Amino acid sequence: MEITELTVKEIVEKIKKKEIGVKETVLAYLKNIEDKDNNIKAFLSINNEEALIKAEELDKENEKNGQIFGIPVAIKDNINVYGMETTAGSKILRGYISPYDATVVKKIKEQNGIVIGKTNCDEFAMGSSTENSAFFNTKNPINTDYVPGGSSGGSAASVAANEAAAAFGSDTGGSIREPAGFCGIVGLKPTYGRVSRYGLIAFGSSLDVIGPLAKNVEDAAILTNVIAGFDRKDETTANLPVENYTDFLKRGVKGKKLGVIKEINDFKIQDEVSITLKEAINKLEVQGCEIEEVSIPHLKYALPTYYLIAPSEASSNLSRFDGVRYGLQGCGDNLRDFYEETRTKGFGREVKRRILIGTFALSEGYFDEYYLKASKVRRLIAMDFEKVFEKVDALILPTTATTAFKFNEKKNPLEMYMSDIFTIPMNLAGIPAISIPFGKDNKGLPIGIQIAGKWFEEGEIFQISYALEQLKES
Amino acid sequence: MYKPTIGLEIHVQLMTKTKIFCSCSTEFASEPNTHVCPVCIGLPGALPVLNEKAVEYGVKLGIALNAYINKFSSFYRKNYFYPDLPKGYQITQYVIPIAKGGYLEVGGSGAQKKKIRIERAHIEEDSGKSIHAGNITESEFSFIDFNRSGIPLIEIVTLPDIETPDEAYDFLILLRSIVRYIGVSSGDMEKGAMRCDVNISVSKDETMGTKVEIKNLNSFRSVKRALEYEIERQIGALKKGKRIVQETRHFDEKEDTTKSMRTKEESNDYRYFPEPDLPPLVLSDEFIENIKNTIPELPNKKEERFIKEFGISNDYARTIAYHPKLVEYFESIVNFTGRAKAVANFIMVDISAYLNETKKEIDEIDFTKEKFKELLDLIDNKTISRNTAKEVINESLRTGKTPSEIVSKKGRTQIADETSIKEFVIDVLKENDAQVNQYLSGKTKVMAYLTGQVMKKSKGKANPEIINKVLYNELENLKK
Repeated sequence: MEITELTVKEIVEKIKKKEIGVKETVLAYLKNIEDKDNNIKAFLSINNEEALIKAEELDKENEKNGQIFGIPVAIKDNINVYGMETTAGSKILRGYISPYDATVVKKIKEQNGIVIGKTNCDEFAMGSSTENSAFFNTKNPINTDYVPGGSSGGSAASVAANEAAAAFGSDTGGSIREPAGFCGIVGLKPTYGRVSRYGLIAFGSSLDVIGPLAKNVEDAAILTNVIAGFDRKDETTANLPVENYTDFLKRGVKGKKLGVIKEINDFKIQDEVSITLKEAINKLEVQGCEIEEVSIPHLKYALPTYYLIAPSEASSNLSRFDGVRYGLQGCGDNLRDFYEETRTKGFGREVKRRILIGTFALSEGYFDEYYLKASKVRRLIAMDFEKVFEKVDALILPTTATTAFKFNEKKNPLEMYMSDIFTIPMNLAGIPAISIPFGKDNKGLPIGIQIAGKWFEEGEIFQISYALEQLKES
Repeated sequence: MYKPTIGLEIHVQLMTKTKIFCSCSTEFASEPNTHVCPVCIGLPGALPVLNEKAVEYGVKLGIALNAYINKFSSFYRKNYFYPDLPKGYQITQYVIPIAKGGYLEVGGSGAQKKKIRIERAHIEEDSGKSIHAGNITESEFSFIDFNRSGIPLIEIVTLPDIETPDEAYDFLILLRSIVRYIGVSSGDMEKGAMRCDVNISVSKDETMGTKVEIKNLNSFRSVKRALEYEIERQIGALKKGKRIVQETRHFDEKEDTTKSMRTKEESNDYRYFPEPDLPPLVLSDEFIENIKNTIPELPNKKEERFIKEFGISNDYARTIAYHPKLVEYFESIVNFTGRAKAVANFIMVDISAYLNETKKEIDEIDFTKEKFKELLDLIDNKTISRNTAKEVINESLRTGKTPSEIVSKKGRTQIADETSIKEFVIDVLKENDAQVNQYLSGKTKVMAYLTGQVMKKSKGKANPEIINKVLYNELENLKK
């Protein structure tokens, strides 16, 4: 078996047993990138020189410490990596070299992981197909006629194409889970506050979470171990102890109560997706899981609520891109023209659309009607989940209503927004959720099944999703 | 009669060691953009972390302003574009400020004092500083220094209770004194540590006139002058039947006038919304109580006490009480010597003159409480006169010598010993038979001449009061 086909766990074991070297590992991935990425286009920048230097250093170390010792990981381009170009998929940041590491990147480096490159994404993580990248499209490695999903499309594709052993992305409304689902890999959105956002270029600050994309649940658990925890630099992180997530994996699902949300049937779901979900549920039931139908009455308001909260926050978060200190700079005879030209040239259509929506929702006279009302509905959705979790341990639902779509297939923004109907509610409530591949549709495109759990109980969803993963027909 | 209505908006820079949302130093740096980091220049991905010291200072100031401290407050984003605002929004408190209500009493003492109510005080961050090449409207380029960006501020908003420029001035000097007392700010308006915008309208009756805002007030004097000018301008305009335009005016320091800023006055919509990067600020009773206990007696209370307890003049009492270092010195001397009025006089006249001349601060001089006591004792036991005392204090300030050293070295010690003076007196009486007889015949005016003779004999060192006493006794004895 090729190194690049191994899991994170397997590679670390082999390196620690000195069966393979770190440099050898990095070279194998760089070779794969060279061979495939002209076509897949998962990466915006490759860190080959630095990665090889680091690999040589690690090979010299006698003590092979670190949970991801020598693992080449890909980082979504909206996460700051010291000394690397960090564009968030936007023209406005082209050429911007970050002077600092995001906390997550610092933690990855502390565990001796190696940043192999930065991955493509929808501009400022706004999108569900990576088609909103200002630079190019990323293709779905399963079938290159299809989108890889988004916004962490590059990260998902890099793992699915074996161009990285694992990757990190960000999830504001489904941006880890949806591409993981489309590309047939595992993606976790941790609880809001579980992972530091310091160094993640903000989109919707109250929704954004960094999480792993991996080949399997075990790798995702290892990667979550690396990045989870309180950070003094992010006041929204929770000062709670972090459990070792790999401990949960093999505990089985006997006696676990799993909720199936009644309201998902109000949405149009691709037949094969529905069938696969039922199959997954049945198999879990056989394993001793108790299945219960539950209700999230406000589920139908999740999308409109999200499309007020996220753009409102984004409109403010993106104000710093004014051309004054860094990034693309327009000209103009006066300040206003300068701003206008900078931002007109720098931002793409979708980003502008969301800035407009957000600016409008926060304007005097509309704030109460839109932003405030959305905040209240958001609270109601969170309360729905609270109530449900009094009865069940976790929820099971599809990651997306359909499998991956083709490029340019969703021309209407609203249609595109609908891709996230099953992932957005978790961001609004702040709860953790994982997407794992479970079966394929008749075109051979992967189907993602989502397990959502209680706040800060990532362990529980690793436990359930690991069990489900074992039930997959290979 | 037109009556002005004035409200103040004051920004006070807090003297925390580090900035409000990052660990950059707040110290003044001559080199621009040296105290900066990803947070305070708004790099992508950076997040704010609230400095607890800034909260503590905010609470402290709130309590000193007699305000109610909100145990639950929160931060908002105030969105607007300006090059020196790195994030494109300012993090500030909005709906619920840290302190609400409150007042300061200004003006004369006791019953004459006037209450100026404070609407609110909230915590926020300072912006960077734009430096324009030449005039702002014509400059070809501008520089921005972000050293100031993220320095914690408290914005204090008064209700429009102020009716005269003097009241505004009194309010500001009291506020400055308070922030210095409680150690939350240097209060230096000239250095931008305290900044003030004023709102002013005039009206003949109970209805409110049109409000005009004045900016660019860089000193207490400017505030007063701007208000004086603006009141005159508005009344003048109204008398001619003109309308006052609601606008922002700029104070011109050189001309002592206010000028319309001619900005495209688009009504700003700041799109305030809750700052998602910061959880609500929740304070415990204990936290607030602990801060309350650190607040010393404040200047206005001290001022009143000095007048009542010590009988010090209103002027002296205020000047000493409002100056935290001066008051510290004054009180330490008073505690040691038990004398207040004399001490106040020496400080306000002689020591102040020395400080003005040498541009020194009170804590830079070496006139210790021991030296002060020596000086007062020398006066009390009549070794030196008050006039001599002035010279002595002056010399002591310059040389560091103790008052007794100075007095003995100059041979200035007064002869206050009655026995030695009596010897001079007896000699003089013997030598001046004629004058003695004149006295005995009732012409007591010759006392002065005889006193002069005694003084001459003592080479000017005898204490005149004692000469008088001894001379009188001796002459009266001759009558018997």
